[in-house]
Amino acid sequence: MTAPVLSVRNLSVSMQGSNGAVAVLENLSFDVAQGATMALVGESGCGKSMTALAIMRLLPEDFTVTSGSIMLDGEDVLGAAPAQLRALRGNRMSMIFQEPMTALNPLYTVGDQIGEVLRQHRGLSRRDATEQAINFLKVVQIPAAGQRVRAYPHQLSGGMRQRVMIAMALACRPRLLIADEPTTALDATVQAQIFDLLGELQDETRTAIVLITHDLGAVAELADDVAVLYAGRCIEKGPADQVILHARHPYTRGLMACVPQLKLGPAARTAPHSLDEIPGMVPPLGARGAECAFLPRCAFAGEVCRSRQQPPLDAVDSGAAVSCWRHREITP
Amino acid sequence: MSNGAFEAMQRPPAPSDILLDVNDLVVHFPAGRRGLFGARSKVHAVDGVSFRVRRGTTFGIVGESGSGKSTTAQAVMQLIPVTAGQIIFDGDNIAEFRGEQLRLARRKFQIVFQDPFSALDPRRRAGALVREPLDLLGIGSPEQREARVGQLLEEVGLPPQAASQFPHQFSGGQRQRLCIARAMAPEPDLIVCDEAVSALDVAIQAQILNLLKRLQRERGLTYIFISHDLGVVQHFCDDVAVMYLGKIVEQAPAAALFSAPRHPYSWSLIAAAAPPGALRERLKKNYLVKGDPPSPVDPPPGCRFAQRCPFVIDRCRRELPILAVSNAGHLVACHRVDELGAPDFGAGM
Repeated sequence: MTAPVLSVRNLSVSMQGSNGAVAVLENLSFDVAQGATMALVGESGCGKSMTALAIMRLLPEDFTVTSGSIMLDGEDVLGAAPAQLRALRGNRMSMIFQEPMTALNPLYTVGDQIGEVLRQHRGLSRRDATEQAINFLKVVQIPAAGQRVRAYPHQLSGGMRQRVMIAMALACRPRLLIADEPTTALDATVQAQIFDLLGELQDETRTAIVLITHDLGAVAELADDVAVLYAGRCIEKGPADQVILHARHPYTRGLMACVPQLKLGPAARTAPHSLDEIPGMVPPLGARGAECAFLPRCAFAGEVCRSRQQPPLDAVDSGAAVSCWRHREITP
Repeated sequence: MSNGAFEAMQRPPAPSDILLDVNDLVVHFPAGRRGLFGARSKVHAVDGVSFRVRRGTTFGIVGESGSGKSTTAQAVMQLIPVTAGQIIFDGDNIAEFRGEQLRLARRKFQIVFQDPFSALDPRRRAGALVREPLDLLGIGSPEQREARVGQLLEEVGLPPQAASQFPHQFSGGQRQRLCIARAMAPEPDLIVCDEAVSALDVAIQAQILNLLKRLQRERGLTYIFISHDLGVVQHFCDDVAVMYLGKIVEQAPAAALFSAPRHPYSWSLIAAAAPPGALRERLKKNYLVKGDPPSPVDPPPGCRFAQRCPFVIDRCRRELPILAVSNAGHLVACHRVDELGAPDFGAGM
């Protein structure tokens, strides 16, 4: 097996609050291989976006990495000096965000913005960069690319803006792409197109992708591996089909059960059952104890869960691992 | 939906069954001029929409951005001026109501928005926020209002001490519970939920959907439920209208719409939302349309969907199809509806 493109080991991040440091991420480890997609799923406040920002070294001021390492192709991201970081970001790792309108500069044409990446990292002339930008707009399937290259972000629809973001992010053929909820702000038919596009481009560029999403359908379609985060800890991870089809952790199972799956054909004529719900909510930062963080919401919680610390990730066959004291008893 | 309810839809409902009857609703917004001396353009946000909502049921409206689903909701709520058409609520055309008459009529129809944080005044405590509609409508004595606040908080699953807290002290799901309590306060007949669960995490979304269902069961509430999430709509709604660029293109009981959709745009929406697997791949390949919805400013003549429709013929570009009955209770606006039939959407799953 070749070395992974991205290797995150025992990553912990804490936030400086008014009452001292609070853990945001605890002991997170995962690898992403070339051409593979790793999905991070979980509710808001579970640490998905913080993981992405830590990898990009974009954590907000009050947040610090307290331990662990992040290696990109064997290079230490956390130890990189500012000049090194500039060379890394945009060139070897890049990121697309949820809201393309706020991530694009409204005062520059999209051609300038895609071209900027190429001028900075590849040293292209302005003219060559624009020419390349047109090519990239074609790659992300924007019609009339020759004209659109001179358009400003507000002149484009949401779907096209996200395509521009993808073009920008992939302009330097990065080794790693982080996609933070890339389609949440888009319409369903456009979402499906963007996911298809990401998949096609990945086949071609072999870019490793970290996909942050709460859409389990997207996970099943795009991801090779999944890590489910809860309250800053990874509670289940493994191959996507294993985790999706044979989820073991009560939280993962709860997440699956509370999404109404669209039923089609004859199944659509059956009466809908009542929706399973996970009671309560993700514990806020600072209110997380040493025991399993899901304990207060867990229907399967027993004495063992209350009396012991956070369960370690326990490897099960099929390559998955789950952090639950009782998973062997309760998995159907 | 149960089979009984499905059969009930096939019969024309008795007039008293109908809480809301929207007739040929049109909402246009001015959109500046084409060029300095050009004609004024108009956004055809809602362009001749008619539907009926039965008492105690949920009417879903789905569609992409720009389809006019939220504008329809706001027009029904009388929050924006209606260009033409009638909105018959419980026998009265509220589109003609003005001033005090409208203000007092509002206690019977309320709305819950997508973003519960911007819908709540950050400087007022939860108790005052829930009491506000009662104060404004002069319902009950001050003591009765106070008691009602406690009762409402309990009904939506918030602890009594929530009354003295500010909106920022609540989570997103709790804030949406507050918004629901506020909407429930004047004991309305109709609540419009405009993407009311879309901004919530899936676990919280399920809690709020179950809460809304329980309130409907207990109080016989009628909902208009606007959403872009077909799975949620199928789960939650009795009847569903699919909107595209200001028009309803298909309308049917949820069971009929999702078991045998008839309009090519519905096929595309369903293909995009189908559960992962081989079926989804096949549906996407055959039915998912390309590109973004066009702008609703001065739409072309003919079918609004013609530009993106994989099954378009010349007639579609010239002539606007009307929403007509294709089978009992199932309305479709497509010239080729008989020819195209209902393709296989999930047999052999």
